[in-house]
Amino acid sequence: MSTVATARPIARPRSGGGALSVGVATGYLSVIVLLPLAALAWRSLEGGWSTFWAAITDPQAVAALQVTLLLSLAIVAINAVVGTAIAWVLVRDSFRGKSLLNMVIDLPFALPTIVAGLTLLALYGPRGPLGVNVAYTRTAVLLALLFVTLPFVVRTVQPVLLELDRELEDAAASLGAGRTAVFRHVIFPNLFPAILSGVALAFARAVGEFGAVVLISGNIPFDTEVASVYIFGQIESDNVTGAAAVSVLLLAISFAALLGIGGIRRWATRHDG
Amino acid sequence: MGRYVLRFVAIGYVGALLLVPLGIVFKRAFADGFGPAWDAVTTPAALHAFWLTILIALIAVPANTVFGVLCALAIVRQRFRGHGLVNSAVDLPLALSPVVVGLALLLLYGREGWFGSWLFDHDIRVIFALPSMVLATIFVSLPFVVREVVPVLREIGDEQEQAASTLGASSWQQFWRITLPAIRWGVAYGVVLTTARCLGEFGAVSVVSGRIAGRTETMTTHVGERFEAFDLVGAYAASVVLALLAMSTLLLMTMFQPKEENAR
Amino acid sequence: MIEARGVTKRFGDFVALEDVSVAVPGGSLTALLGPSGSGKSTLLRVLAGLETPDAGEVLILGEDATGVAPQKRGVGFVFQHYAAFKHMTVWNNVAFGLKIRHRPKAEIEERVAELLELVQLSGFAHRYPAQLSGGQRQRMALARALAVEPRVLLLDEPFGALDARVRKELRAWLRRLHDEVHVTTVFVTHDQEEAMEVADQIVVMNHGRVEQTAGARELYDEPANEFVMSFVGPVNRLDDDWIRPHDLELTRESNGTTRPARVERVVHLGFEARVELALDDGEGLWAQMTQEQCEQLELQPGSRVHVRPRRARTFASTSS
Repeated sequence: MSTVATARPIARPRSGGGALSVGVATGYLSVIVLLPLAALAWRSLEGGWSTFWAAITDPQAVAALQVTLLLSLAIVAINAVVGTAIAWVLVRDSFRGKSLLNMVIDLPFALPTIVAGLTLLALYGPRGPLGVNVAYTRTAVLLALLFVTLPFVVRTVQPVLLELDRELEDAAASLGAGRTAVFRHVIFPNLFPAILSGVALAFARAVGEFGAVVLISGNIPFDTEVASVYIFGQIESDNVTGAAAVSVLLLAISFAALLGIGGIRRWATRHDG
Repeated sequence: MGRYVLRFVAIGYVGALLLVPLGIVFKRAFADGFGPAWDAVTTPAALHAFWLTILIALIAVPANTVFGVLCALAIVRQRFRGHGLVNSAVDLPLALSPVVVGLALLLLYGREGWFGSWLFDHDIRVIFALPSMVLATIFVSLPFVVREVVPVLREIGDEQEQAASTLGASSWQQFWRITLPAIRWGVAYGVVLTTARCLGEFGAVSVVSGRIAGRTETMTTHVGERFEAFDLVGAYAASVVLALLAMSTLLLMTMFQPKEENAR
Repeated sequence: MIEARGVTKRFGDFVALEDVSVAVPGGSLTALLGPSGSGKSTLLRVLAGLETPDAGEVLILGEDATGVAPQKRGVGFVFQHYAAFKHMTVWNNVAFGLKIRHRPKAEIEERVAELLELVQLSGFAHRYPAQLSGGQRQRMALARALAVEPRVLLLDEPFGALDARVRKELRAWLRRLHDEVHVTTVFVTHDQEEAMEVADQIVVMNHGRVEQTAGARELYDEPANEFVMSFVGPVNRLDDDWIRPHDLELTRESNGTTRPARVERVVHLGFEARVELALDDGEGLWAQMTQEQCEQLELQPGSRVHVRPRRARTFASTSS
């Protein structure tokens, strides 16, 4: 973003219009988003701290969280590599069908998660044509999470790669750097913040994923049951307070991870103008 | 050489994860021919689910669009207390599990929720009825128009509106004649993303709707229900409908996409 | 006819304008001249009503307009980056103000055609701003502002975004336009040559204050302080004297009031020559003279000469 030399603020003296937009924005957000979340937080502590603690230390809950975090970290690692590779191919390579590939990347954004799970089940499940059957295993959960998080890293890295000044690579090459060195010292440092952003989005999405996972994983407690499915189960069993407690914990973990990634990102871009 | 490996990896990964599975679903849906598939998606329950989904989208998308434009204007052009909170709150729905969203709504509007007894006394059904499904869908699809319009507003600044004001245009005239036309592509793209999210919502709606077949089922929960009833053709056929909608969405997305995101 | 009185404007801790008073006579072309951050754009925007002053008043035709919205002030405003309505054709841009006022269609068509003719954009009526050059866009912006017959025309660094040649052309064009249309005009610039070439009256500003208000000649020959003197033209400083380079006289021989100096460098700029000198104590000066004079003195790097100011100004300065 360019800045002007003057110290002008963005706001201009406005009659009703400005106040209206602010009023509507805050009102709508409060009613739709903040109020329900406040209810969630409040009710999670309804039975007091001991009930909260019991709910989040329930063995099944703990197992579900472990499975969730483990698999989410795994997909993050896979996405960081594959997502960057796909972005690279989309930007630097050219072949017939490339624009089709580019369009297809967004499919997980457009396709309902339940359908995503069903499609994976069709190919990799009991009656899959390949004879591969990973249904009801952690691999199935992994596949489901990879499906829904595919676009994130690709779409955050793509624009950075597009904007990357080829001159930097030329300069490095003229100073004697080979292809790997150029990647390691010139390209990767520029991509790293974008990869982190994509990773953050992918992680947040993965820990909360429900629809894609619920059909294919079999939801076996202590094995393939993820946090969101566990919470769903608790709601169905009328243990709403327990569900709320685990939800709050899940949220806290998500936010902590996002803050951490944000911190790394700030460190990585500390030299940027 | 490395280039071909990379290309193979990229195409192979996307194919194995996205395209082939989707292709199988299409094949399976029409395994017994077009007839059974058509029958499956035209059962009363399926049709009801279809129209309910459309109805919810017809409420949620315009609401989030109006909100989205106003919120983007507030974020980019106004200074107010709570600016940072609004900015972060808009992104919250993207970081929350849909099940947690459903739970939060349950805890607010459910029988034992904060508003529960008041609603019960006035015989207003929110949970296990349309209103909660609408609220859930609005919640999860809230950010998209805002996030698409904000960068556009930041880019164009407000000089055109200032010029219009010196030419005599009132605030409303400025908004209608200058601001809206300038942001229309951002809004269009945001609307497409919002609609896709509305049509695809599953987790939150599952929690708040009670998934009562023929009454509070959307197309996505209908797919789940058919699967649990071992009606695979029904589940696949409904999935095909959703997949076709998704592909139309993809086409619209590509058409309205801000130029920077297109690969060269 | 438009006046600022005692205007002060702050942005947070930053004081953009401090007790600024400027009077713009009707029908004149006034320039607000100063470096970045001097407050000139802010003053212009206060006059337009795009900013409200923290103290002071704005008067238009003698009436207090300080609280009046820009829509109602009858001012035309032209922005540095044109603020063209990108999604409208040139024709619609120029017609905008008239459409807002619901003028009859026939009147709009006549007026727009007239204005496009005036700014020489008649053939471009159905193009979009993106298809025009910078200079054309700015002419369109002027036509647009003039369409609603403003009482005052305000231009914020109107040629700042254009390249040098176009800038010079449009500068002269603006002057001619003003002579034809006679609208009271105020424009902001940081280019002193531009101000001196175009304006009847120049208001020199620095750090939010008015340093001097005068015509070009007076500003150059009788600057009120060092800032104005050094901003409006090149200047040498010798002890407490401020000397214009063309007022620095060079002789081969001393005559009692001169000081010795050594020629460091001679730069030949066509008709002129620029002679860089160093005094015995190391202080640097430069003199401006014709090529002929330079040859007469046979100046070379290393030559010893004597310098004397023909004219000099002194200011009672508290700090430099």
